[in-house]
Amino acid sequence: MELNGGSVVAMIGKDCVAIASDLRLGNQSVGVASNFEKVFPVNDKLYYGIPGLASDVYTLREHLRFRVNMYRMKEEREITPKTFTHLVSSTLYEKRFGPFFVEPVVAGIPSPTPLDPHPRPFISTMDTIGCITTPKDFAVAGTAADKLYGVAEGLWEPDLEPEDLFETISQTLLNAVDRDALSGWGVVVHLITADKVVTRTLRARMD
Amino acid sequence: MSGPGSGGAYSFSLTTFSPSGKLVQIEHALAAVAGGTTSLGIKATNGIVLATEKKAPSLLLDTTALEKVAPICPNIGFVYSGMGPDFRILVAKARKIAQAYWKVYGEYPPTKVLVQEVAGVVQKATQSGGVRPYGISLLIAGWDSHRGQSLWQIDPSGSYWAWKASAIGKNMVNGKTFLEKRYNDDLSLEDAIHTALLTLKEGFEGQMTEQTIELGVVTVPTAEQMQEKPGERLPPTFRKLTESEVRDYLSL
Repeated sequence: MELNGGSVVAMIGKDCVAIASDLRLGNQSVGVASNFEKVFPVNDKLYYGIPGLASDVYTLREHLRFRVNMYRMKEEREITPKTFTHLVSSTLYEKRFGPFFVEPVVAGIPSPTPLDPHPRPFISTMDTIGCITTPKDFAVAGTAADKLYGVAEGLWEPDLEPEDLFETISQTLLNAVDRDALSGWGVVVHLITADKVVTRTLRARMD
Repeated sequence: MSGPGSGGAYSFSLTTFSPSGKLVQIEHALAAVAGGTTSLGIKATNGIVLATEKKAPSLLLDTTALEKVAPICPNIGFVYSGMGPDFRILVAKARKIAQAYWKVYGEYPPTKVLVQEVAGVVQKATQSGGVRPYGISLLIAGWDSHRGQSLWQIDPSGSYWAWKASAIGKNMVNGKTFLEKRYNDDLSLEDAIHTALLTLKEGFEGQMTEQTIELGVVTVPTAEQMQEKPGERLPPTFRKLTESEVRDYLSL
């Protein structure tokens, strides 16, 4: 985790979720790139972020892309956030004794079904070997996780509207990475609602 | 004639097509199915019924130990016509497939996914060395949140179909004709169970009792039943009917 640095945070709002990451890629304390995104889409209502060792970020992303594409073809449907969380978890646990050095965060809104016409937004997070937690409020991961906990604990409140959620998650991440030497160099925020996803790249302290 | 016996050159090799384009061993497997006891399934608006005739070859047999309708996972059940031992092998394999799916996705497979996997196992036995095809046809009933309730059939060749209603085994031709007359798109599960029993009665040898009939049902859950509660499992959507439930349906 401390080799390349980087952090991800996800938050639940009212009928919306947001997930954001910083953009730094480092070699210990040396900054290498300021365009290294750590959050990727699965479909238009489901995103996940994987902070950690950059090589494992690439490997796991490609691995999950393969498994989600196979799922999509076999099952003729889109994967739900909950099922995707289990898929990531079992993918990580397959490498129980030589793990990927990543801490994934999943955020999405399930599609409505006849049995569940008003699905609630969903976030989850895992440790490096896939132990799942499904918080009701927010999930943090990466080198600034401890700082993110502090700021999120102070700023987050229940039932935030999309724009308020965007402000909350942005301020949480910006202020947390400012106190972490290994995260920062700009952030990218994805705001997911039932009908669209808004992605914004924010400027931050570049030192 | 080329070989021993009189089946001709194509009757033994599993993987050699005859000039007319048939794989004769698969035809023989289908004959084994057609000789098996009748089983049937009917899809209703709010569920599915699987029914089969359970015939004991001797009065002395303890029929409580015979099982022809098998739950695979909480949302899917099988019934078969053909060779009992082959059925038990496929049931064991299907249960393992369902659990493997659960380990990866944290939920049980949708009916169609399980059907495709099991059909793959059956197909392998038509093309591999040192094996024979499975001597059974399967009827598979299940419920999932994606497709709702669905009824499938798998044949010894590995082909599979989705049915509104179907019959396999000894009386499949008569059974299907009977079902074609009786089926309509707004059948309820209760109606379907009675239609299933009536269809079995056609060409049933001996007395239909709770010992000679086996029934399994898929019920469509309500939104409230599918609500997840911490520390609790979701209720099963497939279950076998008990002997007393079967008796009640027979007496109506």
